[in-house]
Amino acid sequence: MVQAQLEGAVHLPSPTEEPERKWRDYFTFNTDHKVIGIQYLVTTFVFYCIGGFMADLVRTELKTPDVDFVTPEVYNSLFTLHATIMIFLWIVPAGAGFANYLIPLMIGARDMAFPKLNAVAFWMIPPAGILLISSLLLGDAPDAGWTSYPPLSLLTGQVGEGIWIISLLLLGTSSILGALNFFVTILKMRVPSMGVHQMPLFCWAMLATSALTLISTPVLAGALIFLSFDLLAGTTFFNPTGGGDPVVYQHMFWFYSHPAVYIMILPFFGAISEIIPIHSRKPIFGYKAIAYSSLAISFLGLIVWAHHMFTSGIPGWLRMFFMITTMIIAVPTGIKVFSWLATLWGGKLRLNSALLFAMGFVGTFVIGGISGVMLAAVPFDIHVHDTYFVVAHIHYVLFGGSVLGIFSGYYHWFPKITGRMVNEFWGKVHFALTIIGLNLTFLPMHKLGLMGMNRRIAQYDPQFTDLNYLSTMGAYLLAVSTFPFIINVIWSWMYGPKATDNPWDALTLEWMTSSPPMIENFHVLPVLVTGPYDYGMSKHIEDTDVPLSDESDPLLAAGPNSVLRAEP
Amino acid sequence: MQSQTIDPSKTENHHHGASVEAHHEEHPDHRMFGMVIFLLAEGMIFVGMFGAYLAFRATLPSWPPVGTPELELLIPSINTTILISSSFVIHNADTAIKKNDVRGMQLWFAITAVMGIIFLGGQIYEYSNLEFGLTTNLFASSFYVLTGFHGLHVFIGVSAILGVLWRSRTPGRYSDHKHFGIEAAELYWHFVDVIWIVLFGLLYIL
Repeated sequence: MVQAQLEGAVHLPSPTEEPERKWRDYFTFNTDHKVIGIQYLVTTFVFYCIGGFMADLVRTELKTPDVDFVTPEVYNSLFTLHATIMIFLWIVPAGAGFANYLIPLMIGARDMAFPKLNAVAFWMIPPAGILLISSLLLGDAPDAGWTSYPPLSLLTGQVGEGIWIISLLLLGTSSILGALNFFVTILKMRVPSMGVHQMPLFCWAMLATSALTLISTPVLAGALIFLSFDLLAGTTFFNPTGGGDPVVYQHMFWFYSHPAVYIMILPFFGAISEIIPIHSRKPIFGYKAIAYSSLAISFLGLIVWAHHMFTSGIPGWLRMFFMITTMIIAVPTGIKVFSWLATLWGGKLRLNSALLFAMGFVGTFVIGGISGVMLAAVPFDIHVHDTYFVVAHIHYVLFGGSVLGIFSGYYHWFPKITGRMVNEFWGKVHFALTIIGLNLTFLPMHKLGLMGMNRRIAQYDPQFTDLNYLSTMGAYLLAVSTFPFIINVIWSWMYGPKATDNPWDALTLEWMTSSPPMIENFHVLPVLVTGPYDYGMSKHIEDTDVPLSDESDPLLAAGPNSVLRAEP
Repeated sequence: MQSQTIDPSKTENHHHGASVEAHHEEHPDHRMFGMVIFLLAEGMIFVGMFGAYLAFRATLPSWPPVGTPELELLIPSINTTILISSSFVIHNADTAIKKNDVRGMQLWFAITAVMGIIFLGGQIYEYSNLEFGLTTNLFASSFYVLTGFHGLHVFIGVSAILGVLWRSRTPGRYSDHKHFGIEAAELYWHFVDVIWIVLFGLLYIL
């Protein structure tokens, strides 16, 4: 069937149409990938708010040089839980949430390869999260940083550390099971007319993310198993007094945790690659470059981990190797950034919240990327390791990158998921407050780090006061900025204007079914006729020696990703 | 958009039953592929642990640490032989079910399970006769955690084999065209075997 012409046919309610979803379905073990996707997205957002609250508690302590808000021990738990929650309960699973919702729709499948396993993967998350947060109430929360280096992590509070380890083992397993599903689904369940070069870039991104997750997360499990033996059974894997080596922990930990940061950004690179062409009304520039650079980042991401360990006493030759690989990984990322910019250039921009957040993403992520390349240089890193310069870098790439990407995704796919349009005015207010807040919070941290302010301390030298004060104000602004978003989303979900199937006039398959999609996704499985980004392609195709192509018909104009060029 | 309509009843998809109703019969089975990917991930846990073991071995002044009793090789070698042979045995079960021979499959699976249980028994016997404990030194800790983690996987494998055996009591449950459980258990068993070979090499030979 012709894609654009399916509108009349594809979502006609048939007499045997299944009943619409009840709200109760979302609180149960349901195997529909769309339900699971929403469960992921809502749950992770709740954890974002909790982790954000902890961040603001941290920033409140840091408003003044003295320890005057919480005790140092509680402070340690706050920054430990803040990071652990944001990484393992917000960004990593939020990527899985988008993947769950979108992948089957984008490839024309009715569900994931393993729907029950999919639901199991989700349901591991709430208990793990509740366990982690309950540690605060139990009075013994993990407090050795989210990196939990021994011997420190083995010295303070067995219960808290044990909770942290169990929670991470659960969340890591959830991540692996999700990745398994995405990997198999993307490779095996595409509609027959969709070769790998016709699938949307979000799917390429999730392929790269899933491969990385499957290879690296299990090594974290190994590290945590050894750590728990040291914690509970008296072994000394990481304890020098017993012959062990704490640096081995660091190697095992970072072997996962470095790829983790790519796991946290690649899905949103993919989302941005969808959002920018649609709202610029232009084909994506450099489809293959973006697709293959995702794979390159995935592969290179496995051989850069020790750049987190430049000051751990590893030999010089090893530091050189990791410095070089870390600098190289900026190249595929840069290729993406240039491709996105070239996509925007000359496009007919629809400056809605989705595109604003996407553009904010590109700009802020580049700043984070630049500080990253600086950190890759060993001499520089030796100077700023464990200072606020690193905190600045990570928050520019994680907040400015992943979080802005997530918000962009929320605004862009909100009509598809909920069947309603979100309020654009408040979306723009949200964007303005966020972009100002994030820069106010994290920009001063570059200077703080260069001046020598240490990470993970509640008490600092008074010379750092003014910049810290600014940063704290920014953090409060970020807290305030979430309210327009939350109210907008809730109100619009209930009362917003109804969305059509394809409010953005997009060409990827998720827009070719109703909003929200019927339970089985498509009434009849779609056959591709256009490529995913063939906007306005009819007049611009030079090479028309493709069989069956017809320049004057946009649907048969055989753009670079068109199915007419596919070699199935 | 131009309105060119195509008559749905004349399209390929319609004839191949791509509609919701027709969907329920045809469904390629991706479970074996999923199993392979799962085992790759599971293998990576061991790879991480092996890496750590090699790092310990490389950085300590003497390995095993001074005073560690020499490991005896007889029982572990017998165990290794049993485990490797059991992989061939379980493969016979796969050949049998592909010829629709359920009884044959059950026989070979039962023998494999017995061999697995003997392996685990051998491990327990070895553990009880060892002169070092979990916390004696770094080599000892590594030894117990690595072999213990592997032993856990053998136990899971034996359970899977017994589980499949139990389910095979239902006639028609497994046949020459429906035998995912058998193939999955077999693949898992081969995985456990390969991990052991590497483990044996690292801990006993090197």
